Amino acid sequence: MIDFGFTLSKSSTVDLTTLDRSRYDQLIKLVPTARMCMNCGSCGATCTVGEYKGMSVRKVLYGIQRGEDVKAMLSSCMLCGKCTMVCPRGINTRNLILNLCKIYD
Amino acid sequence: MIKDGKQKIWADYQKEIPDDHWYYVRSCIRQNFFPASEKMFLEITRNVLGKDIYETPHHTTCGGIAYHADTIPQETAMTMIARQFALMTEAGYENYCPSCITSFGNYVETLETWREFPELEAKIRENLWKACKREFNKPKYLAHTSDLIYHWRDEIRKKAKHLLINKETGEPLRIVEHIGCHYSKMFPHKGVGGAEYPYVLAGMVESWGGQVIDYPERRHCCGFGFRQYLVKANRGYSVSNTHKKFESMEPYKPDAIITNCPGCPYFLDRWQYVIAEQTGKTYGENGYGIPVFTYEEIAGLVLGYDPWDLGLQLHQVAVEPLLNKMGVEYDPKAKYLGLNKEDLMRPEMPNSIKCC
Amino acid sequence: MKQNIVIIGGGIAGLEAAKQIHNLGYQTFLVEKSDHLGGHVASWHRLFPDMIATKPLIKDMISAIKGVTVFLETQVNDVEGVREGYRLSLSNGINITAQAVLVASGFQLFEAQRKEEYGYGIYDHVITNADLEAWMNGNKDQRIPAAPKAIGFVHCVGSRDLKAGNSQCSKVCCMTAIKQAIEMKERFPNAEVYCFYMDLRLFGKKYEDFYINAQRDFGIHFVRGRVSEVSETIDGRLQVKAEDTLIGRPLKVQLDTLVLMSGMCCNPLIQKLAEQARLEIDSDGFLKSRDNITNIIESGREGIFFAGACTGTKTVPETVAEARAAALSIHNYLLQND
Repeated sequence: MIDFGFTLSKSSTVDLTTLDRSRYDQLIKLVPTARMCMNCGSCGATCTVGEYKGMSVRKVLYGIQRGEDVKAMLSSCMLCGKCTMVCPRGINTRNLILNLCKIYD
Repeated sequence: MIKDGKQKIWADYQKEIPDDHWYYVRSCIRQNFFPASEKMFLEITRNVLGKDIYETPHHTTCGGIAYHADTIPQETAMTMIARQFALMTEAGYENYCPSCITSFGNYVETLETWREFPELEAKIRENLWKACKREFNKPKYLAHTSDLIYHWRDEIRKKAKHLLINKETGEPLRIVEHIGCHYSKMFPHKGVGGAEYPYVLAGMVESWGGQVIDYPERRHCCGFGFRQYLVKANRGYSVSNTHKKFESMEPYKPDAIITNCPGCPYFLDRWQYVIAEQTGKTYGENGYGIPVFTYEEIAGLVLGYDPWDLGLQLHQVAVEPLLNKMGVEYDPKAKYLGLNKEDLMRPEMPNSIKCC
Repeated sequence: MKQNIVIIGGGIAGLEAAKQIHNLGYQTFLVEKSDHLGGHVASWHRLFPDMIATKPLIKDMISAIKGVTVFLETQVNDVEGVREGYRLSLSNGINITAQAVLVASGFQLFEAQRKEEYGYGIYDHVITNADLEAWMNGNKDQRIPAAPKAIGFVHCVGSRDLKAGNSQCSKVCCMTAIKQAIEMKERFPNAEVYCFYMDLRLFGKKYEDFYINAQRDFGIHFVRGRVSEVSETIDGRLQVKAEDTLIGRPLKVQLDTLVLMSGMCCNPLIQKLAEQARLEIDSDGFLKSRDNITNIIESGREGIFFAGACTGTKTVPETVAEARAAALSIHNYLLQND
């Protein structure tokens, strides 16, 4: 193979037809209310570790719907429950995190 | 795909193209990339169709490459364009046809900008006068040279020696048409057929017997992208875009690609080799690539010109598969003979993609 | 003498106003350009939020206007101010001198083929919200396959689109998309259903509840990003591109049917009417009310009133309420002038 000094770039496109959404589907079975997230961002805004570790339940939930690996974010959660308090849709975010950890295990 | 719907859109985007007396300007790069294309345009229009096409050696670049590579400001490019218009005016012409798509885009952009901002036109006129004591009239009609071949496509068809039809099967050849971005994406009404479903090349393909392929990434850029290619660190983006197009068109098994831009045929042609080297994948039949042509080259083949006089030996991807399908006679031994019949020697053949 | 009132437009605004005005004892004329009453709503299948069927609703509205003189397939050729009010010449040759005129000419659905990038009328499986309602009403439509695996809805088609000449939000399309998405999911439970939106504008009664149902009970996927381009794949499906703006990445998906939520636009006929009756056009292109807070149903000219979508995008209940209000305003106006 010839080294041209450049190669094909990896596409960042989300392909909804082919991406693996199985983790999300598993999660929905365990925590059906997770579907109700409307991406308001309250959880991320209030998250204790969000500003240091980039944690946000919204990003976790959206990420698994888009086939992203959210394990690092999950592991930074301290289960303090502030996100559960602020969620206007009443999603049990602590339950969501714990179940998602199980799915990852 | 509903053909009627496309025809309705095509009907909305027709432009007036005068039948004769055109002032012709060349592209900066086409003579290096596809050396016989511009010559063939003049040959076909002047000698086959009997049109008056005027050309002067005094014209320069339109500044398009520098403008799109961010090295000159728009006013400079406009002043260069003003000088080209001055040459046209001095020659007594009012219909202007550039051979380059980016030039065409720049001319349209300049004329539209002057229409919106007459004070800028006045300033450019002053610049030109200061620089070289020239004055100009704006062209009455502006068309890309592919618009002209489109305009005369049925006359070419009447004189055709070969059609875009598979000689063995009698089936129309499957042709991908690729339009240069600067043709109509900026000003859809200035292009034949508009920007979403341009008809300029599709019209030629249909007239000459071929079948146009509409594949999902049809509207996507060829990958040239000026700075994406010109800066080596960006070249991965350039080839990735080309790769995306080939992946998208592959299932349709195209027999050839027809283009109307200087950069597109070059990159669609050369990048097939690079992609083959990097991924081992080729997109034509039996290890070949998909041959890529300019519209002048296709017109030349249709009219029965010798493929080697059309400069097709300079393509990276072998053109022979298409020549065979069309039933074009050619002498394989003459492929690398110069105009004086001297041997030009053989290029090194890649292993990754089959060439002749 | 019984006073004459002419209502221009036989949609739900015209029907409701005709009923009320007739009940108030006026000689009522209803002029409709098409061959049927009920306007756009008549061709709809069900209405949110309670999924009321439109057929019986329109039937009831039509049966409630007995005694009203209805001219179908009739247009207003000219309007002339006279001492008694306005003299209208109709395309059927009849002239009426009316003491008051109610404009209820409604809206025009955006012509989806104008958004060329979506390929309506070009790709085999692109339809509009109106096409889908017609299909749900039992009309055959080849563009909807027997067992779709994926269905998409594009919000804001021709609405909030300066380039299309429509800056206005069409107001009901977000809710219509969610309603139709649910209806499709009910018919095709195994299909993935995607809504492509810029903002979800769910302002009305129980609209937000519908949204929650769509998410929680039907698993409809909401993608925040406007569809930029549609193309056809080799197996005749659609490839749709958008940006997933919530994650900042480009997105594509293959669909079996794409539904374009064509928005409400100004009815082009109001231009002519405005010239004839010397009515003003507001900055958004719709007819200009005396003011847009408390006098939406009054025009700048005495004796000419408005109801419904001729002054802007409206929901069905808003339109019906305006029609009733307009009837009362006309009544008060005529009492004052007596």
